[in-house]
Amino acid sequence: MEKKDIIQSFKDSLFTGLIALALFGPIVGLRTVSKGEGLFITPQWGVVFLLVGLCILGRFLININSARRKEFKIFSTLSSKFSSITEDKAKHFAITGILFAVVFPFLPFTDRYFMDVAIMILTYIMLGWGLNIVVGLAGLLDLGYVAFYAVGAYSYALIATTFGWSFWICLPLAGVFAAFFGILLGFPVLRLRGDYLAIVTLGFGEIIRIILINWYEVTNGPDGITGIPRPSFFGLPFKRSPDEGETSFHLFFNLEYSTMHRIIFLYYLILVLALITNYFTLKIRKLPVGRAWEALREDEIACKSLGVNPTNTKLTAFAIGAMFGGFAGSFFATRQAFISPESFTFIESAIIVAIVVLGGMGSQTGVVLASIFLIGITEMFRDLEQYRMIAFGGAMVLIMVFKPKGILANRKPTILMHGDKK
Amino acid sequence: MEYFIQQLVNGITLGSIYGLIAIGYTMVYGIIGMINFAHGDIFMIGAFVALISFIIFGLTGVALPIILLLVLLIAMLFTACYGWTVEKLAYKPLRGSFRLAPLISALGMSIVLQNYVQVSQGARVKPMQPLFSGGLEFFKNSEFIVTVSYLQIFIVVLTIILMGIFTYLITKTDLGRAQRACEQDRTMTALLGINVDRTISITFIIGSSLASVAGMMFVLYYGVIDFYIGFLAGIKAFTAAVLGGIGSLPGAMLGGLLIGLIETFWAGYVSLEYKDVAAFSVLIVVLIFFPTGFLGKPDIEKV
Repeated sequence: MEKKDIIQSFKDSLFTGLIALALFGPIVGLRTVSKGEGLFITPQWGVVFLLVGLCILGRFLININSARRKEFKIFSTLSSKFSSITEDKAKHFAITGILFAVVFPFLPFTDRYFMDVAIMILTYIMLGWGLNIVVGLAGLLDLGYVAFYAVGAYSYALIATTFGWSFWICLPLAGVFAAFFGILLGFPVLRLRGDYLAIVTLGFGEIIRIILINWYEVTNGPDGITGIPRPSFFGLPFKRSPDEGETSFHLFFNLEYSTMHRIIFLYYLILVLALITNYFTLKIRKLPVGRAWEALREDEIACKSLGVNPTNTKLTAFAIGAMFGGFAGSFFATRQAFISPESFTFIESAIIVAIVVLGGMGSQTGVVLASIFLIGITEMFRDLEQYRMIAFGGAMVLIMVFKPKGILANRKPTILMHGDKK
Repeated sequence: MEYFIQQLVNGITLGSIYGLIAIGYTMVYGIIGMINFAHGDIFMIGAFVALISFIIFGLTGVALPIILLLVLLIAMLFTACYGWTVEKLAYKPLRGSFRLAPLISALGMSIVLQNYVQVSQGARVKPMQPLFSGGLEFFKNSEFIVTVSYLQIFIVVLTIILMGIFTYLITKTDLGRAQRACEQDRTMTALLGINVDRTISITFIIGSSLASVAGMMFVLYYGVIDFYIGFLAGIKAFTAAVLGGIGSLPGAMLGGLLIGLIETFWAGYVSLEYKDVAAFSVLIVVLIFFPTGFLGKPDIEKV
C-alpha cells in the first residue's frame, strides 16, 4: 500500500466523520426533553463523538484493508456451502428437526419459559410458511399479511365468545373468513404491479386495524376482547376443578394437575398446524396451480401467452396464504385468551415478511431458520427492546445488500425442462 | 357554505404538506423505479431537526422571520444528509438486483430510522408552543367565521415559492436536464458523459430537503410530533404521488392537494375516526381505475 493511498483513505474517512457528525449531531446530540411547560434540550455530545469516532475508524479500516471483499467472499461461500448442504440433506434435516420438535417438551431443560418461546417461534414459522405461498411461490409482496392474522384472531374470538362454539369448529371458520377477506382484497388489487401491490396491501392492513380500533360495538375497540375460551383436549378442558358433569384432562388420564398440560397441548397444536401448512405447500407446488404460481413469479407475460389467467392464479395464492394466516390468528387468540388491535400493527407484518425474505424466498427450511434466528435473538435481547428493532431493520438492509436472495436461496423452479442441468 | 370554505382552506394547507413529501416519492420513482419506503421517515427526521432548531433559536430571541429562514435552511441541510446517506448505504448497492430487493431494503431502513429516533429522542410525543398566532377572518357577519391563520398563509406561500424554484431547477438547468435524461434511459445517459450516480444522489438530496420543509410545516401546523408520524404521512404522500401519476412532478403536487382535501372533507363531513381509512381507500380505488394516475404516462410492459 502506498502513502498516497493512505492519505486518500484518511481523507475519505474524515469526510465520513463529517457526514456522521451531521447525521448524529442534531438527532442524537440534542435530546429534547419535556420539563414542566415546554421542551428543553439536553446535550449528549459524548455519545455523538463516540458514534462519529466509530464511523471514522470503521471507514478507515475498511479502506485500508480493503478486506471487505475477502471477508465478504468468505461469508458468501460459507453460506452457499451451507445452503447446498441443507439442500442435499433436506430430508434428513427436516426429519431431525421434526423429531426434535416432537420430543422438545419432554427434554429435561425445557421449562415454562422455553415452551412459551417455542410456541411463539412456531407461530411465526406457521405465519412465515403461509406468507411464503404468497411471497415465495407466487412472488407477490404482501405487506399487510397481519390483516389476515387479525381477521382470523377476531373471527375466532367473536364466534367463540358469542356462540360458545368449540375451537375445532371455529378454527376452520376463521380460516374461511380470512380467505374470504383475501379474495375481497385480492380481486381488485392483484392486477397491480409488484411494488404497488405492496403498498396497497400495507394500506389494507392499516384499514383493518383502524376498523378494529373504531368499530367499538363489535370489536370492543382498543380495549380488545377478553375471556376468549381456551382450547380443550377434544372436549376435555384443562381445569383444576371441572364444572358439574364434566371431566377435565388430568382426571380423565389420572394425572397430577399441572398448568404445563395446557401449554404442551398448545405447543403440539401449533406444531401440527404448522406442519399441515408445510405439507400443503410442498404438495401444492407439484400441482398445476403451484406450478402456475412459480411460472408467474418468473415471467408473467410468458404465462399470459400460454393461457394462464394471472389474476385467478394469484387470487388462489392470496386466498390460501390468507387462510393459513387466519388459522394462525385463531391459534393466537385461543392461546392468549385476549386480543386487541395492538397485536396487529404493521411491524408484525414487517417481521413476517422479514422472516420469509431472510430465509430465502420460497425456501421452507429457510423460514424455520429465520424464525428461530429472529425470534430467538429478539427474546435474548428482551431488555434492549428499542435497540433490537434497530438491529432488526439493519439486518434487513444488510442481508438485501450482501445476500439479496436470503440465507437459503431456493428460487429454483420446482421443475425445469430437460431435467435439472443447473 | 362558510364551513365548506373553512374546510377548503384547511385542506389546501394539509395538501401542500403532502404534496411536498410526494415530490420526493415521485422523483425517486421516476429515476430509479423504486418506492422509497423510508421517505416518510426522512420527513419525520426533518420535523425533528426543525423542532430542535426551533427550540434553540427560540431561546435566542431573534425575530420570527429570521428564525423561520434559519430553521428552514438547517432542516434542509441536515435532512438532505440523511437522504444522501440512506441512498448510499441501502439503495446504491442494490441497483440491478431483483425488483423487490430495494423495496425490502427500504422497509428495513424505515424501521431503523424510526427506532433510531425513538431511542435518541424518546418515545413520548413532543409538543411545541405555537410560534404563529392570529389570522384573517372572513364572513364575520355569519354564524360560522372562516379563519385563515397566518400560519396557513405561510405554508401555502412557501410551498408555491418552493414549487417555483423546483420547477425552474428541473426544466431550465443542466441538472434538471440530466435528471430527466436519467429517467428516460440510464445507460444512454451514462454513455453521453453524465454521472448517473451523482444525479441519483442529487435527486435524493432534493427530495429529502423538500420533505424536511414539509416536516417543518408539520411541526408548526400541528405543534406535536413523535417518531411515528413518518409512517402515516409517508403512506398518504405516496398515495398522493400515485393519484397524480407516479413519475409526474405536477401530478405529485396535484395529488397532494387532492389527498389533503379528501382527508379534510372526510374528517369534516363524514367521520373523524375513519379519516385515515379515507386516504387508503382512495389509494386502492385510484390504483384500480387509474393505474397510471391523473397525469402519469401509461406504463407499457414489453417482453
